[in-house]
Amino acid sequence: MLEFYEPQADYGTPKSTSTNMVTLSIDGVEVTVPEGTSVMRAAAESGVKIPRLCATDQLKSFGSCRVCLVEIEGRRGFPVSCTTNVEAGMEVKTQSDEIGKLRRNVMELYISDHPLDCLTCPTNGDCELQDTAGELGLRSVRYGFEGENHLVAEKDESNPYFTFDPSKCIVCSRCVRACEEVQGTFALTIDGRGFESKVSASQAEDFMDSECVSCGACVNACPTATLTEKSIIEAGKPEHSVTTTCAYCGVGCSFKAEMKGSQVVRMTPYKDGKANEGHACVKGRFAFGYATHKDRITVPMIRDSIDDPWREVSWEEAVTYTAKRFKAIQAQYGRTSIGAISSSRCTNEEVYLVQKMVRAGFGNNNVDTCARVCHSPTGFGLKTTLGESAGTQTFASVADADVVIVMGANPTEAHPVFGSRLKRRLREGAKLIVIDPRKIELVSSPHITADYHLPVRPGTNVTLLNALAHVVVNEGLEAREYIADRCDVAEFEKWVAFIGDERHSPENTETITGVSAADLRAAARLYATGGNGAIFYGLGVTEHSQGSTAVMGIANLAMLTGNIGRDGVGVNPLRGQNNVQGSCDMGSFPHELPGYRHISDKATRDLFEGEWGVTLDSEPGLRIPNMFDAALDGEFKGLYCQGEDIAQSDPNTQHVEAALRSIECLVVQDIFLNETAKFAHVFLPGASFLEKDGTFTNAERRISRVRKVMPPLSGKADWEGTMALANALGCKMEYSHPSDIMDEIARLTPTFNGVSYDRLEQLGSIQWPCNDSTPEGTPIMHVDQFVRGKGFFAMTEYVATTERANRKFPLLLTTGRILSQYNVGAQTRRTDNSEWHGEDLIEIHPHDAEERGINHGDWVGINSRVGDTVLRADVTDRVKPGVVYTTFHHPVSGANVITTDNSDWATNCPEYKVTAVQLSKVTQPSNWQARQKSFDKQQQGLLKDARH
Amino acid sequence: MTFYIPQDTTALALGADAVASALQSVGIEPVRSGSRGMFWLEPLLEVETNKGRIGFGPVTAKDIPSIVDALESDPARHTLYQGEVADIPYFKSQQRLTYSRAGLGDPVCLDNYQALNGFKGLNNALKMTGQQIVDQVKDSGLRGRGGAAFPAGIKWQTVHDAGKDGCQKYIVCNADEGDSGTFADRLVMEADPYQLIEGMIVAGLAVGATQGYIYLRSEYPVAHKLLNIAIDRAIAANFLGENIQGSGKTFYLEVRLGAGAYICGEETSLLESLEGKRGMVRAKPPLPAIEGLFGMPTVVNNVLTLAAISTILEQGADSYQNFGMGRSRGTLAIQLAGNIKRGGLIELAFGVTLREVVEDYGQGTYSGRPIRAIQVGGPLGAFLPESQWDTPMDYEAFAAIKAMIGHGGIVVFDDTADMAAQARFAMEFCVVESCGKCTPCRIGSVRGVEVIDRIVANENRDNNLILLHELCDTMEFGSLCAMGGMTPYPVRSALAHFPNDFLLRDAAGAAQGEH
Repeated sequence: MLEFYEPQADYGTPKSTSTNMVTLSIDGVEVTVPEGTSVMRAAAESGVKIPRLCATDQLKSFGSCRVCLVEIEGRRGFPVSCTTNVEAGMEVKTQSDEIGKLRRNVMELYISDHPLDCLTCPTNGDCELQDTAGELGLRSVRYGFEGENHLVAEKDESNPYFTFDPSKCIVCSRCVRACEEVQGTFALTIDGRGFESKVSASQAEDFMDSECVSCGACVNACPTATLTEKSIIEAGKPEHSVTTTCAYCGVGCSFKAEMKGSQVVRMTPYKDGKANEGHACVKGRFAFGYATHKDRITVPMIRDSIDDPWREVSWEEAVTYTAKRFKAIQAQYGRTSIGAISSSRCTNEEVYLVQKMVRAGFGNNNVDTCARVCHSPTGFGLKTTLGESAGTQTFASVADADVVIVMGANPTEAHPVFGSRLKRRLREGAKLIVIDPRKIELVSSPHITADYHLPVRPGTNVTLLNALAHVVVNEGLEAREYIADRCDVAEFEKWVAFIGDERHSPENTETITGVSAADLRAAARLYATGGNGAIFYGLGVTEHSQGSTAVMGIANLAMLTGNIGRDGVGVNPLRGQNNVQGSCDMGSFPHELPGYRHISDKATRDLFEGEWGVTLDSEPGLRIPNMFDAALDGEFKGLYCQGEDIAQSDPNTQHVEAALRSIECLVVQDIFLNETAKFAHVFLPGASFLEKDGTFTNAERRISRVRKVMPPLSGKADWEGTMALANALGCKMEYSHPSDIMDEIARLTPTFNGVSYDRLEQLGSIQWPCNDSTPEGTPIMHVDQFVRGKGFFAMTEYVATTERANRKFPLLLTTGRILSQYNVGAQTRRTDNSEWHGEDLIEIHPHDAEERGINHGDWVGINSRVGDTVLRADVTDRVKPGVVYTTFHHPVSGANVITTDNSDWATNCPEYKVTAVQLSKVTQPSNWQARQKSFDKQQQGLLKDARH
Repeated sequence: MTFYIPQDTTALALGADAVASALQSVGIEPVRSGSRGMFWLEPLLEVETNKGRIGFGPVTAKDIPSIVDALESDPARHTLYQGEVADIPYFKSQQRLTYSRAGLGDPVCLDNYQALNGFKGLNNALKMTGQQIVDQVKDSGLRGRGGAAFPAGIKWQTVHDAGKDGCQKYIVCNADEGDSGTFADRLVMEADPYQLIEGMIVAGLAVGATQGYIYLRSEYPVAHKLLNIAIDRAIAANFLGENIQGSGKTFYLEVRLGAGAYICGEETSLLESLEGKRGMVRAKPPLPAIEGLFGMPTVVNNVLTLAAISTILEQGADSYQNFGMGRSRGTLAIQLAGNIKRGGLIELAFGVTLREVVEDYGQGTYSGRPIRAIQVGGPLGAFLPESQWDTPMDYEAFAAIKAMIGHGGIVVFDDTADMAAQARFAMEFCVVESCGKCTPCRIGSVRGVEVIDRIVANENRDNNLILLHELCDTMEFGSLCAMGGMTPYPVRSALAHFPNDFLLRDAAGAAQGEH
């Protein structure tokens, strides 16, 4: 959807959802709109623009600018059209001499306190004040410019992405209201009153020092140049725009990439994007500079050994070289000695091609994806209980939730746009239960207080979930009819006998989970009886040795209370990466073909064999951890890794590094020389999301288009790279466009039957399943019955992890994410987002810190059973005593040097969230960090040599 | 003999405490009463004698020995003797309903209140349905006394009907009395606080609200103290709280202090402030009656409106609506202030003329010079020249001359007043007190001051006069609330009736033209 640049249409006030229609007349023309619509919006919908400055359809009407006044038959004076709602039979006049004069005179007042530097102003040509002055025919300012004014107010340039120039401010409060209503951070306010009113970040601080989270909602809302992106100040106004999908988290926000030629000058959240509805976060909105960072590698490179310098080669030479080596490896070590890892940051089409190349080209099923290390337990757990491996509701339907459980997720940091949506609902009065070892922002922040925070001891989620279910069952709060109607009753009875046992009672589990029995009982009652209950969970649930059990425990709880299958209720995994859902859907797991169909199923195999013209191996292939083990055993020698940094993201780094060193041909396809690429023999230059067409599927199963806004820097999009490699291997692939690939996916996958690029163009986005029976997709799953038929209550016996605190390792380390950085940080570290988070810190409770003589900011050694690293201390009561916490956004942190090989019993998802550690004050980096530093230096040198 | 000396703010400001001490020093423990509202006599010492309740005023501490002596012989011979207080013409000629108890005794004595017909209205109301109470208020013709004069019964009906069954509703009393020259609310709260409490309870019963707040300006510490004592005693006597007088009805009441912003007397700003936010005006609709405090249906009424409720419920709607003229029913609490000889509170039925008030009651200016202009209705009210003084005090009659009665405050100016300076002051007042939300008020008032300065300095005079008139139109028709919307009233009236004041100044600063 390439368009000439135009600001997105704005109807002035939010859409009314009423189904009662009202007919009125505007300038003599009959208009019919839903009840509750403002006169302004009714006019806009009928094509009549009423001038305005403080109104925007992203915010509740405010009525401050007084430019939108109109005349209404039978009413005194001049009502303002933004705060006046339509009434049947109303006769509105939007233009008259009196109206014109009043509006012009108001505008004259504005301009009497506004610089007249339009021609050199950064928003020249994209300014609502300028446009409105033009529309109103303002020709002079009779007050002159000698009076009181704000023309010399000082500019705040502290934020790396936007400036605040109060001399241009018209005090419409759109920024303040956006911060409150849209983002929910309440960082902005109006300071002073009357003529002294001015926008203020926190307590009259710089934006950078304030509570501002740089989501950009204020910048979006600003009708003048007061809040302006620095990129626009530098580059000027965009000339065209392309709608695309964000490549950061699993919320899948829709953006307008605003362009000058092939240069992105701004990313603006797209109002029609159903996942985000015009909102964004600091990553998607601003952190796109990595795509053209100088570290980008744009030419393929090869080398025989990782101690050799890289050699830049043509694409053809690179893929021919790779094919030769892969074939030689297979000839020497067997068919199953090579494999591939697909990327949750790549498109559905690209992921599909990778698994196709493995199954059809490599002749085995050694394909896995990074979902292995994040949401594989979701796949297993939800498939087992409900029948489909996906979240059940839309983000938007959280607006209908009455009680929300957030478990092991930190939406305001990791899924910020969903976090804002959730906060909006919470401010309206929905109840909140947070289950997390840490006091995350949702536990307590402006206008948000969790009704219950259950600070569960890391590793005991299953016990806690069992106790919640126990309370529901033993207090008779279960949804009997729902269960009788929709669930496997025999299995349910067995499960009731299990869960009803006293060993699951809150009182008996209190010592295991560390959660007060009274709070737990109250939370269970609230969820069971508080109306629509929705559960949102994250990696704090899955990344455990009982991750799959916990997911099933969540599904049990939701079924038990009748909270699946309609608006406002559900079970929702918050996906870490932009296309985790999609990469799983596309058959990235070694045991599953696209659409979660087991490779052992002959009918499915037949279908694919027919299409691909090959015979498929019916045995599941290796999972990522198995690949590492097999590599160390000398059985796995070739790996194609696309868009994933396993050396940084997978647990027990030293084990991973050893495995990578033992691989004979490691092919990395990425946009940067990431940690894994330092062990590689072939480097295929990747393409960022801006450089290719395709689709991403977000956490609500929403398939959205990714559109190419600039040519791939390396000449090939990732799908083209994979295709070249497959063809070099003799696995014939002929696609002229990713839409061809999607057509093939649709042909072969029942849940995708109705998906095509044409259809996506028409609908904007599609939530699968989409087929003949649901041609517009499926926003809410399991509506009349569960996908598996009858809902299955799985047994959820708690088996404690072997990773326990003891005298030597008395603390439990858990890990998480921070707002400004994304995953391994490869992208965000190469943007100004690092100004907020330049290093990973270890959070420790003041009590634990004092015992160890650790002060805020001290260097602290962290030892686990498998390794050690050094980070600086953040002494804080966000964590409770006995628990420490860090993030893993910087390679040098070595967070995964400490994490262990423990993994989920069902899916091998690593137990990142529980590592027993000891902390002590140190003065120098760990041995691993020193080695990492010198290895990095060596590899950067080898890269530098190749590039000159 | 019982001695009464007021404890209201005006009397205190004039030395009532010293008088009380002087009494104590001669062994007399006076009752600290409220004021009668005859401020020109304060401190007014009243003594209940076998010859009736007589008054001395204004007294100072040093007058006490002579008064005590006089009381033992012939009180009438004392120079400060005012005779029987109830017979003082200023007082006797009033039609006191709301202020019938004011000054009679200890304002927080519950027995006293009940002995003087207090809580009879509430007892009647407890036997009625909410709708029946609302109907009584409608029938009484009572209109909001805060200034806007909106029919109270219709507002109550809206709140009565609003919201889902059982939803939280609120009664909010606007006691942020900030208009220049006004003190009627304060006098109610300081002289008869139970009356306000009673009115609020009745309002709660009428519309189904269980929580009330009195939003009191912080500049009224005496009222704050007395209200809190009265509320505590009302709770103890089960007039507030759960199961009021065994009726099963609930009403809680709290006082909240403002933070010194005039704009918080505007009802929506008041609600914002009450919610703990900046005092910023909200756009209407939604009306507070539908989405008010914390988004719930809310009655916001002035102190006088709510105080009148107890009278209406006690004496009946008919009795109340027998007072007044036209659509202005009941009595008006006229507050006479400024350059006036006999300032004070005068409660009269609507219909008395302005001239009667300032000449008969006020007895002309304090300075003794001729009256030049009268501003009625606070700082946003028009300046009235003598030609308009025969206008009866009636909402419609005042609106017809582009003036307003507002909260009933009257400020008198003598012939030395510079009306251009007063017009400038009106704009400046708006500069200082504007909440800053809407443009006409926020920027317009600043420009208004500048334009008046230019006119007076004779800079481009004709064009600036046109600009000032257009600015007044912009502010009147464009502003979000009455702050900006009515600031043009005093400005325009000064321009219209005292144009010469806007002429070029001479060296001495006087306008060059005849007065």
